[in-house]
Amino acid sequence: MKCGIVVFPGSNCDHDCYHILKHILNQETHWLWHKEEANLESFDLIVLPGGFSYGDYLRAGAIARFSPIMNSIIGFAKAGGKVLGICNGFQVLLESNLLPGALIQNQSRKFICKNVSVRVENLDTPFTRLCGENRVLEIPIAHHQGSYYIDPFSLNELEEKGQILFRYCDTEGNISAESNPNGSVGSVAGLTNEQKNVMGMMPHPERCADPQLAGTDGQIIFQSLISNF
Amino acid sequence: MLAQIHVTFKEGVLDPQGKTVHHALNDLGYDEVLDVNIGKYLEIKLDSASEEEAEIRVREMCERLLANTVIESFRFTLVPTE
Repeated sequence: MKCGIVVFPGSNCDHDCYHILKHILNQETHWLWHKEEANLESFDLIVLPGGFSYGDYLRAGAIARFSPIMNSIIGFAKAGGKVLGICNGFQVLLESNLLPGALIQNQSRKFICKNVSVRVENLDTPFTRLCGENRVLEIPIAHHQGSYYIDPFSLNELEEKGQILFRYCDTEGNISAESNPNGSVGSVAGLTNEQKNVMGMMPHPERCADPQLAGTDGQIIFQSLISNF
Repeated sequence: MLAQIHVTFKEGVLDPQGKTVHHALNDLGYDEVLDVNIGKYLEIKLDSASEEEAEIRVREMCERLLANTVIESFRFTLVPTE
């Protein structure tokens, strides 16, 4: 799988993603600089990493969305290319209208950095196909603007079309207000577009994918992606 | 010309900052406070040929960048400057 990792000014999880894909999973991996448009035809996966692109000024992801590289990525995504946005990358995908909805400040008004459990809601996507039935993954979150919002009608539509991929839950997989760390509607932690080739999630799978660190639950998402090729 | 732009959350979108300030005002004894909404205020200096043109361009700026219309609404006024 040929991977591209976008570097915006303020990205800070780009090296983590590069490390996991290149050194742990042995995939061909390249950097993509935000200031240049790029020919992405030969790529299989583009990753928009976490961080604070453009200082999160105005709204998280709002300025990054207009970077030259995003023109190429929007074209790539519309042609069916696989795009994974993590944390700030998720925010950029929403601002780009590649995914529906928006992310607002956490209900608690605090930056939250901790391990959370998420339940895989749809196994029939390129991002989750190797996750077992009703699998609960433990993946860390680290964000201040991670409360997912979409109007109730559209939330229902996302559900019906199987676009919700991850929901915050407890260690047993039960979903409740207590297991929702940031006030996201429907406890949504990650979702995909209707075509299922663009995925955004607030938890950081790249932070739990190196066996030298505690936990490797995040690896399954990258391995699912690799298994498509 | 000066564009004075207000961006606020739409009805129904959670505004945790507004909620906190609401509680703080009530704690200070301002019991008449029923609701607080916190938004953004932007001032943009313009070199526009006419007010009509400025109106069209500022609306476009708001829709494309300054507000996320999924969660925010905006309103603005144009003030003549020297």
